[in-house]
Order: sequence, then structure tokens, then C-alpha cells
Amino acid sequence: MIYREAGDFKTSYRDDSQTFPIRLDRWGYYAVLAVAFGIVPFVINDYWANAVLVPFLIYAIAALGLNILTGYAGQVSLGTGGFMAVGAYAVYKLMTSFPEVNVVIHILLAGGITAIVGLLFGLPSLRIKGFYLAVATLAAQFFLVWLFNKVPWFYNYSASGQITAPTRTVLDHAVTGPAASAPAKYLVCLCFAFVLAWVARNLTRGTLGRKWMAIRDMDIAAEIIGVDPLRAKLSAFAVSSFFVGIAGALLFAVYLGAAEVGEAFGINKSFLVLFMIIIGGLGSIFGSFAGAAFLVLLPVLLKNLLVGSLGWPTDLAAHIELMIVGALIVLFLIVEPHGLARLWTLTKEKLRLWPFPH
Amino acid sequence: MNQMSTEGYVTADGRQIGGVLMEMKNITLRFGGVVAIKDISFDIRQGEIRAIIGPNGAGKSSMLNVISGFYHPQEGEVWFKGYRRGPMKPYQVARLGIARTFQNIALFDGMSVLDNIMTGRLNRMKAGFLSQALWWGAAEREENENREAVEKIIDFLEIQNIRKTPVGRLPYGLKKRVELARALAAEPQLLLLDEPMAGMNVEEKEDMSRFILSVNDEFGTTICLIEHDMGVVMDLSDRVVVMDYGKKIGDGTPAEVRANQEVIDAYLGVAHD
Amino acid sequence: MDQFIFAAEVVLNGLMTGVMYALVALGFVLIFKASGVFNYAQGVLALFAALTLVGIQNGQVPFAHLINAALGTQLHHFGWTVPSVMAIALTALVMVGLAFLIEKLVLQHLVGQEPIILFMATIGLAYFLEGLGDVMWGADIKTLDVGLPQGISDSIETMTDAWFGYGFFIDRLDIWATVIAALLVAALVAFAQYTKQGRAMRAVADDHQAALSVGISLRFIWVMVWSIAGFVALVAGIMWGTKSGVQFSLSLIALKALPVLMLGGFTSIPGAIVGGLIIGVGEKLFEFTVGPMVGGATENWFAYVLALLFLVFRPQGLFGERIIERV
Repeated sequence: MIYREAGDFKTSYRDDSQTFPIRLDRWGYYAVLAVAFGIVPFVINDYWANAVLVPFLIYAIAALGLNILTGYAGQVSLGTGGFMAVGAYAVYKLMTSFPEVNVVIHILLAGGITAIVGLLFGLPSLRIKGFYLAVATLAAQFFLVWLFNKVPWFYNYSASGQITAPTRTVLDHAVTGPAASAPAKYLVCLCFAFVLAWVARNLTRGTLGRKWMAIRDMDIAAEIIGVDPLRAKLSAFAVSSFFVGIAGALLFAVYLGAAEVGEAFGINKSFLVLFMIIIGGLGSIFGSFAGAAFLVLLPVLLKNLLVGSLGWPTDLAAHIELMIVGALIVLFLIVEPHGLARLWTLTKEKLRLWPFPH
Repeated sequence: MNQMSTEGYVTADGRQIGGVLMEMKNITLRFGGVVAIKDISFDIRQGEIRAIIGPNGAGKSSMLNVISGFYHPQEGEVWFKGYRRGPMKPYQVARLGIARTFQNIALFDGMSVLDNIMTGRLNRMKAGFLSQALWWGAAEREENENREAVEKIIDFLEIQNIRKTPVGRLPYGLKKRVELARALAAEPQLLLLDEPMAGMNVEEKEDMSRFILSVNDEFGTTICLIEHDMGVVMDLSDRVVVMDYGKKIGDGTPAEVRANQEVIDAYLGVAHD
Repeated sequence: MDQFIFAAEVVLNGLMTGVMYALVALGFVLIFKASGVFNYAQGVLALFAALTLVGIQNGQVPFAHLINAALGTQLHHFGWTVPSVMAIALTALVMVGLAFLIEKLVLQHLVGQEPIILFMATIGLAYFLEGLGDVMWGADIKTLDVGLPQGISDSIETMTDAWFGYGFFIDRLDIWATVIAALLVAALVAFAQYTKQGRAMRAVADDHQAALSVGISLRFIWVMVWSIAGFVALVAGIMWGTKSGVQFSLSLIALKALPVLMLGGFTSIPGAIVGGLIIGVGEKLFEFTVGPMVGGATENWFAYVLALLFLVFRPQGLFGERIIERV
């Protein structure tokens, strides 16, 4: 009886179009924010930061980015890994070339550079549609990985071909490199995730978002009501790549610390992020977080269960994980193509009517 | 705008019709070897309800697609508001003030009714990228202003209760109405309706006719429609173009068209028994 | 002159690789034509077939790792080996069973979904099959030998040496692969043209609804097509597995079939073959000429970039039908 909009009258269009129109939702959202910013940083340890929270936040950003392109604008991309690599190598070059500049600026610039690269690879989307485009984005994936592997300038001619993040600080706390503490890494990722999610929400609720969704749902009709498909698609590619680039930069600089391009940003990364948005929910901000959480937690849980409790070999557990992820993808596409986010909405709709469903 | 010819006429029910808004001059459209439209000329005047009728395959839809810029005719000229329209992309045509609906509903199924109608106003919303990203200043102001305009249309078409429903869940008749709402939201000078009553039951047809008449009456919107249903067309429109096999075989008031022997032979004679 | 002969050898080798690509691409085309499903899992299907074939041949206990881990046993082999022909027949049976399961558990529930949803479902399927293959047969690299001749063909080397004063190195396996692929294509075309099932298959490809209305069973056709695709995957798996061992990278090589299809058009069998040859020759020549200047390994991306550029200028592929947009 509590969870409903009855009695919670909206007196302006502004109130009516707010993100959480129901009071209880709003409170829940503030509570989550309070815990994430106010409590977690003080109790977080290395295990939780490295195994769960930091990768969750970083992948959530990547999933947000891909969701903008695929979920909102309807352009399927299999090049996410390649674009994350652009972000990672861009931030590496910036960090090592301009050590006196704050790393946050580097990360933002890395996102900008990735946006430009994404724009370039988005150009064919004007001529190619559907899975033709999906396959075409594989070109970005394989070419970019090859490029970073073969051109020594990108990895500063290091003998191993790896890139290693130097120590950089934000407000005198190390956030990259070996000296970075768990709370510092967590907070940097949290801030980026929070701001970017808010930006994604703003973009998708307004004019640009409607253009993207119009192109997604019916591109010809969109063009006839006045949407310029060139600008709509390219803006989706650019914004999406900006997010993905930042995720790549954070993944390398904050989370991994050192990376080899084929291993860290291979085709499997592209699929991982794609799976996150399918499971989480295409075209949903919440879904991006839910999907990232799900696919970050699943291996941890499976490992704890199969390897930790049952004592099975690690590689067997990894193969079973592949099967489970694959089966879940198929299952979600069959049962609920809109993913966890839709399940959540449906639960809420039921709750809204509870206890009188008719 | 001022180059427009000013002479008009008064309709049977006493409405003053203005000068020429759109003029098609000797339009020919071919797909490969197939001639879809052959040397057709007609005009649409400010404030009138103009119908294009004809049997299946007569080239009506192709004609509408030429007007809305989706097809480019090989020959002929399209004049709008006194200027010759060059080859344009459909979205540029939309920005000139031409909106349309589709024969097979072309709504955005993944969006709510409200969002669908809001897309009709996309070209009126100019907030910059940064303002949109931060939802600050112009973006928020614009959103609320345009929402107000859209709410008026929602009231006008009596679809308040489905405002937040995803379009995919609506029945056919309502979808048609939402599509009309989206086109109206653009506040077009010329509204193109592609078989607005196809597949509707009698009640829905009456509703739709009422809406079309009041759109024309209240907003003064010029309307050009294609329709199969002869009865409805004759009641609704001020002037009718009749097409058959890509050619124009009649043009005039409903009464004139009804009396035209060629039209009767080609179309009416077959349709009525 | 030397340079020219080198290039000729590169082209020839490229053609052989192209045949392999075409073989995988063929499986894609079959499924796409009959069900509109763009089957990303085709490559993994080849890997799975090859793994199963090796497993059956060597008498491996399926799921040995899983059983051992769960029950604490020490199973690995039954202790027998199965003759190649019988093992291939058994594997073909497994692939038919798999086709049946895929239809029953996946496709049937996705009828009428958008193509892109189906595409993503097959990506999930690919992951599942990859995991299943590993769990069933182990993830170690296996050698596959079903008695196909291997090694450099002496006769061709002597012959070309006599003609050009330079002996071409050509793997006998490649020659066999070409012959077998040609036979397979001929058989498939004959099947599609002259048998009742083939006609039904083409009818389904044209229009699901219409095919249903004349009494063709969609489910039967789908199981059949996926079985055929499974069989084609088995052939591709045998060729490739013999050549470079049965391992995960097999499914990545099979990914190359995607750009092949983009060149050839998704619905055209000749397109798949020509596309395969173009990509095979193109990437070998590119690596031969430009590769040394940019650090090599251009084969990783050449096919995709070529397909991408090509598509920008001709979105329907070489042999695909022109798409007319309608409102």
C-alpha cells in the first residue's frame, strides 16, 4: 500500500518527468547513494574492491556506453573491447606524456579521444544496418587490438609490449599504480560511474535520447518526422565511445594497473559487455548496472562455490561458467528480452497494485 | 511566402480557402522500368482538405512519398510556399513544415505514447548537447514548454489516459490516433495522411473523421489525404484528385468528381454495385 | 620473376585457405536462408564437432572432468579406439541430435523475434557450446587424424619445378580440402534443387508463412537445416582440426566466415565460395606485400576491414539482392 503514486500528486510537468516519480523509489535511491558514498569507502577492503566493487563500477560504465549505442540507438556493436583499448592506451600515453596534469583530466580526455575513434568507425552505420553492422564493428575490434600490439609508440617501446600505469594522485591520494588504496580506487570509479549514469539518464530522457530511440524503433519513420539519421547515429557512436573509453581507461589505470592489449581488450571483452546489457536490459540505465553486477558477481560466486566449497579444478569451473553465461543469454532473450530491468519494473508494477491486484 | 498566389475560393460549408500552398508540376516517377506516376500536376491550397483517391496500385502512396520527400521524381517540379523545392532528404522536408502519418502505422514501439508524440516536436527543440547532458537551463525549460504543447494535443485527441503506456501495447485504432498526434505535434503547415481510416471499424472511422475536420478547423492545418473509403473521402474533402494507373483522371470538388465519366468507369463503377 | 612466382604461390595458398573459409561460410548461408537466423555459433559448431570426433575416436569418457570432480573418480578413457569412419558417423549423429535440441530448446521459443535478437541468442549458444565442448572433452589441444593425407605434395613440387624452375609448396591436405569442399557444395546444391526436402527448404527460405500454409513443417526443416549445417561444420572441423589441431582458436578462425559472408551476401551459396576465395587470397597477398612494412599479422583484421569498406559501397554484398526501402 505504501509503494504507489496515489496521493503523491504532480503539479508540474517537471515533477511528472522526474527520474523517480514514486516517493519510495526516490528514498531508496538516496539511501543507496548514501551507503555507496558514506559507508562503503570506510569499510571496503582489498578483496571487495578488486574482486567485486571496482570491476562492477567500471563495467557498469562500459555497459552504459554500449547501452546508449545498442539499447537506445539500436546499433549493435561488437567492438567494445577495441574501444576500451583506445581509452586505455590514450590514458596511458597522456599519463606518461603529461605527468603534471591531473589524472582525472587524462581519463576524461581518453574518453574524448575514444569518442573520435568511435565516430570514425560509426560512419559505415549510415549504409550498413543490423548484423551487417555488428560484423563490421568486428573490424574495429580486430584492427584496434592489432594496432596497439604492433605499433611500439603506443606502449612507449616497452620490452614486454605491456603498458603499466604509473602512480598518480587525486587530492593527494594515490588512485593508480601499486600504492593506490582500495577506498581511493573505489571512490574514483564510483564518482565516474555516478556522474556518467546521471549524464546518460539526462541524455536519454531528452531530445537526443528520443532521436536515438526513434532511429532504433523505425529508422525510416524517424527520418520522415525530421530526425537526421547521420547526426543521430554518429552522436550515439560518439557518446557511447566516450563512456566506453572512460571505462577502458579506468580498467587499465585503476583496476588492472598493467595490461596487454590482446588479453585485456580482446573480442571476449566485447561480448562480456554485450551480455551485460542483454541480461541487464537493453535501453535501461538501471539495467546497465544490474547486468554489470550480475556478470561480475557470477564468476565470483561460481568460483567460491565450485572451487572454494566443492574443490573442483579452476578450469572446469571456468568452462561451466561459459555454459551458464551462454545458457542465461539464451534464456533471457527467450523469456525477457528486456532483461533484469524489465523484471524489476514488472515486480514494481505488481507491488504498486498490492495487496489489491484488481 | 509572399510570392504565393493569393486568389482562393469559398467551400460549400462556407470556409475561406487561401492561395496555393503546394504545387506539383508534371511529376513523373519511375522505379526501373515501371512508371508509378506519369506526368501529374495538381495543387494544394492553404486551409483545404485535399484528397487523392484511386484504386490499388494507382500510385497514390507513391505520390504522397514524393510530397514527403521519400521518393525523388525523375521529372517535374515540386513547389512549396512559393519556392521550388530541390531534391531534399526526408528530414529536411519535415523541417519545412510537412508532417505525415503512414498507411502501416510507423510509431516507435519501444517508447511511451507521450515520448512518441514528443518526437513530433524534435525539430523545435534546440538545446545544446551540454545543456542536455547536464539537464540544465535550455534543455529542461524546452522539455517542459514542449510538454505543454504536447499535452494540448493529447487533450484534443482524447488520449489522456494512455499517455504513459508503451505504444506497442495499444490497439490498432488508438495507434492511428497517436500517430496523428505525433504529426500534429510538429504543428505542420501541411499534414499528409496516408489512409487514415484503413482497417478501422465504423466507430473508429467516425472518430477519425471528426478529428481530421477539427484539426483543419481549429488549427487551420492544410490536409492532404489518401483514402480508399469513398464515402468518407467525399464527405471530408474539399477537392479530390483521382488517380488510375499512375495517371490523373479527375480533379475537382467531390460533386464534380462524382459526375466525371472517366472516374466512374475507372473506379466508382467498380467499387459500387 | 622470383617475386612473381612467390606471389603466385601465395595466391595459391590463399585459395586453399579461402576454401576453408567458404566451408564454414556455407553453414552460415544454409541456416540463414532457411530460418533467417544469422548463426554466430557456426564456428563453435565446427569446434564442437572436431572435439567430439577426437573424443569418440580416442575413446574418451565424456564429462570425465566433471564426473571426476563431483564423484572423486579417476575416469579418462574407455580404453578403446574407434575407427575413423565410424567415429565420423557417430559424430554426425551427435550433430543431428544437437540440431534437434537447438531447435527444441532455443529456436522454437524465438520464432518471430527480430533478427538481431536471434543473432544475439546464437552468440549465447556459441558460449554455451564452447563451454560444453570443454566440459565434455577437456580443453587441451588435441591432434586430429582421420587418415587424410598431409604434408607437402611431392608431385606438385616436382611438376612445378620442371615448369617454372621453382617447386610450389602445397599441402596435400589443402588439395583434399578443396576437392571435398567442391563435392560438398555440389551435393548441397543438388539436394536443394532436386529433392523434395530441398524444395521445401527453399520454400521456407522464401516465406515462412506461405510455406506453412502449403503444409511444410517449419520445425522439420529447421532441424534438417541445422543438421546439415552441423554436418558442414563437422567437415570444416575435420579439415581445420587436421591442419592446426583442435583448439579454441578454431572458433576464432571460423569467425572469418563472417566477413566472407558480408562480401558474398548472406543468402548466396556461390557468394560464400567466391567471398571465401577473395578473402583467402586477399589476406595472404596483403600480408605478403604490405605485412612486412607494418609488423605483420595483418590477417587478424584484413578480412574485416575489407568487408567493411566493401559494404560501405555495396551494402547488399556481391551476390545479395538489392534492398528496396518502402514506407
